[in-house]
Formats: sequence, structure tokens, C-alpha cells
Amino acid sequence: MIIKGNAIKYGDDINTDVIFPGRHLAITDPEEMAMHAMEDLDPDFHRKVKDADIIVAGKNFGCGSSREQAATCLKYAGVKAIVAKSFARIFYRNAINQGIPIIESKEAVDGTEDGDEIEIDTKDGVLKNLSNNREFKFHPLPSFIQEIIDAGGLLPNLKEKIKQKNL
Amino acid sequence: MGRTIAEKIMARASGRDKVEAGEIINAHVDLAMSHDNAALVSKIFREIGIDNVWDSSKIVIVIDHRAPANTIQAAEAHKSIREFLREYGITNFYDVGEGICHQVLPEKGFVRPGMLIVGTDSHTTTYGAFGAFSTGIGATEMAGVWATGELWMKIPETIKMNISGEMKSRVMAKDAILYIIGKIGADGANYKAIEFYGDTVDNMSVSSRMTLSNQAMEAGAKAAIIPADSKTLEFLRGRTDKPFEIVTADRDANYEKTYDFDVDDLEPQVACPHTVDNVKPVGEVVGLHVDQAVLGSCTNGRLEDMKIAAEILEGKKISSHVRMIVFPASREIYLEAMDRGYLKTFLKAGATIINPGCGPCLGAHQGVLASGERAISSTNRNFRGRMGSTDSEVYLASPATVAASALKGEISDPREV
Repeated sequence: MIIKGNAIKYGDDINTDVIFPGRHLAITDPEEMAMHAMEDLDPDFHRKVKDADIIVAGKNFGCGSSREQAATCLKYAGVKAIVAKSFARIFYRNAINQGIPIIESKEAVDGTEDGDEIEIDTKDGVLKNLSNNREFKFHPLPSFIQEIIDAGGLLPNLKEKIKQKNL
Repeated sequence: MGRTIAEKIMARASGRDKVEAGEIINAHVDLAMSHDNAALVSKIFREIGIDNVWDSSKIVIVIDHRAPANTIQAAEAHKSIREFLREYGITNFYDVGEGICHQVLPEKGFVRPGMLIVGTDSHTTTYGAFGAFSTGIGATEMAGVWATGELWMKIPETIKMNISGEMKSRVMAKDAILYIIGKIGADGANYKAIEFYGDTVDNMSVSSRMTLSNQAMEAGAKAAIIPADSKTLEFLRGRTDKPFEIVTADRDANYEKTYDFDVDDLEPQVACPHTVDNVKPVGEVVGLHVDQAVLGSCTNGRLEDMKIAAEILEGKKISSHVRMIVFPASREIYLEAMDRGYLKTFLKAGATIINPGCGPCLGAHQGVLASGERAISSTNRNFRGRMGSTDSEVYLASPATVAASALKGEISDPREV
């Protein structure tokens, strides 16, 4: 999978409560969730995401709650991929299950500025920063996880598997 | 090479003789817990298009986050859960008022040593206090678990955490775990399992151990396991008649890291805004004005927490500018605190007692903060906006420190009241 976009850069320890505040947790419609994405962190997020749709962040991105809405709201807001120095584990799984490509690379984060144009090859594990012509390698995800992402998330992936079992 | 508790439980759950840290396995879970977010899980489950859940006896639902419902949207969500449970024959259901999931499940005997438990809540690590491997997952994954009983897991490396020494009076398990998180950082145990050892842990009550396993999630821990012992068995007696096997680590188990903490001279600790690893001894923040004092939650809403706060507040009045909110973690604890007179002490002191649930902790309802306000709280998270306005502040502390601060109207050292 090749993903191309512009970077929106954030710092370390971006937690689930600022990505998707607890007061909105009763929402079950993903489009409505998207309206509240990053509400308590960055009021300009919705304006930014129109031009830049790859989040580039520091360590421990998505720490805190197990709320899957933190991943869902970013997906439906138009985020195409998340690159971080590291991810908190539940968010990491939730992002995969929502079909969001996630890339762990300290070097790529340090080598990318807000607004840079980047291109990610998830299969070969290469992130190119087209704005400064730098290239970074990362470990591609195991193939069964990449399959979940390619399917668009765990739900379509499960549906497919269950259909096959029934046959 | 020997095996850690995590490796042994995961091996059993994946039908293997042995597994090693780093391997990815397909695990069969023993128990699947959801709370109010079962509304979302059930919606996703219906979309999968499968006729039945994998095992209705292994699914437990507790309504606690918005209990009683605070909005029509929350009420509709609760209604959809009740309808789903009826439709699919799921009977392990605890509705509004029974308590917080992490307290209710152990009380009702669902949690036993050696189990593999998943829950759609990050603080599912709490059940590690009973020697189980227990961890938080998201809603879609849980829908998959309801459908198949399985999920992929990576075997985590294990960190050995030795805690030794005798904590002084009015210094609590919460102080010890906040201190540890301050030292290792908010991602100090990310993706890792922790095993707790040491005479301090051996001497702790089951309630205090639950505080350790609950709060340890704030260092990123995937599981926070305390090997089961006679105290664990004592707690389980009369609560379950199901068989279980205590899992212990091998003497030569492979630990990624070992930490040794001495708590002999530990002071009460406070986690300052807006990260849980921003921890200071209480002496450094004494005197900060507080508007709200919160006593309760899955971290510190148990009987010993109510007891120490009642001792501090007995016959006294809280500061006139403080709103003190008390919420015992379950109906069982609520009743016992009532019998022992703790609730009367709180009411007479000027506190407000609310039903068991999660409301104030996550800023859902029952005590949200306005801009510029500050809370001292026995809960587990102090992120920006966690309890209300993004311009409010949450300081995390032990029940003793919360009670002392409510009394004085400012952050106070519980050893000095």
C-alpha cells in the first residue's frame, strides 16, 4: 500500500482523552465521532486535516483509555496514516482494527516537520519525506496484521472470514 | 529457560506447551468483560452477521460509566445493551447501581487465578491482582471475541517489580504505585507485563493489590500480575466454586528488567497535571487550593479507602469551599461502609455520596469541573480535561490525602491532620 499526504505534527504522550473526550463516549455514529476528533488538543484540527492527513507524533501516542473511538474518529476525520515514535498498546490495536496504517519510527518523526509532504510504502517499509528528500526505513507489520488493514479493518476482515467458514 | 506467569497463561490459552515473549499467538479467552461500551460492541457484533455469541457464560456486562443514564443518548445505549443481552441469552449482567466493573467481577467470583481475561476498558489490568492475565482491548476486537472467543496476542516481555519495606501510617498502595510510575514513566511498561513481588506486596490486602494492578496501566502495562496467595484464596472463598490453578513464575524465568523499590520512608505522593508520571511528594504541592475532592473509583473505592478517609473526617467538617464527592466502588462496599458508619461520617462532614459507578472519574457526569477549578482525586487519570473543562486540573492522590485535603481546603499531608 502506498500512502501519500502531508504531515500534521504533534508531540509526545498524546492521550485518548484529548483525541476523543470522555463526554462524547455515548456517540455510536462514526461520522459524528469524527466531528469531535482532537477537540481538546487542537481546535484547528479539522481545518488542518483538509490539507494534511498523516499524523506524525512523538512517543506513546494514544496512551490512556481503551476507547476505540480515538482511532475511529481519526479515520472518519480523514486521517490516512499515523507515524509515531511509539504507540500505546491498546490504541495500536484499535488503529489496526479500524484499518489505519500505523508506522513506528523515531527517525522518521524526527526527520519530518509539520506540513511536509510524505510518501509511505507499507509493504516495503519505506517512508520518503518529499519535502526534504530524506528516506527512512521501518519494520513492515506482520502480514496477517497488514491483511486486516488492507481489508479496511477487523470488521470487514472478520465478515470475510466468517463467510469463508460458512462455505 | 523458565517461564513468566504471562508466558504460562498465554501458552495454556493458545493450546501450546510453551511460548516465549515476542511470539504472536491466537489466544482463547476465558472471560470477556464490557461496560457501557457494550452498546458499541453489540452494534459491531450485529454487523459481523453471525447467529450466536461464542459462549454466553463467558461474557459479563456491567453498566457503570453513565449510571444512571445522564443523557437520552446514554439511556438509549443502555436500552440497546439490555435488548441485545436478552436476544442472545447473556445473563451475566449487572445493571445501574451494582458497581464498577473492576470491583463487581472479582466480587461476583468471575475472576480467578490463571485466567486470560479481556475487557473493553484499559483498567482491566485490575484483575491481575488475583494472579490472572488481564488486559484491555477495543470494541471491534471485543465484537470479534464475542463471535469467536479468540484474538491475536503478542506475548509480552515481563518486568519484575520488587517492592520492599513497611509503609508508614497513612501512606498507601496508591502512593507506592504513583511513586513507581513517576520513576519509570507513563510508557515505562508499555506493551509489557509486570509481575509484582516483595514483602510490601505480600503484606498488602487484596484491595491494596487491586490498586497496584489498576494504576499500573498508567505506565502502559499490558498486564499487572500479583501471584495468588492465601489472601487471594481467602477473598475467593464463597465467591466461586469453579476450579482454577494458581500460576507461578519459574525460578529462572526470563525478565526483561527488574526494578527494586524500597517504600520504608515513602511520603504520600501526588500525580500533578496533566500526566500520571508527573509525580511529586505531597510536601511539594501542599497548600494548593482545591475546589473538589473525589474519593472513590475502581482504583480507590474499596472499604479500606472509605475507612481511612472516615478516620480522618470523623467528627469534623470539610472546608466550606470544597465539594467532596464519595462513590464506593460497588453495592457490597456501599452497604458495608454504611453498616460501619463511614457514610454517616462523610455526610456529617459535608460530603456528597453518589452511587457506585465511574461518572466523576472520566468527566461524564456527577461532578464535572469548571474552568480554573482544581480537584484532588483518588482516581487513576489526570489528563487535560479528564474531569471536565480543559482549563481545570486533576491531582491524583491516595484516599488519605484526598480526605486531608478536603478537610483543609488545600492539598494537605494526611500525616499532619
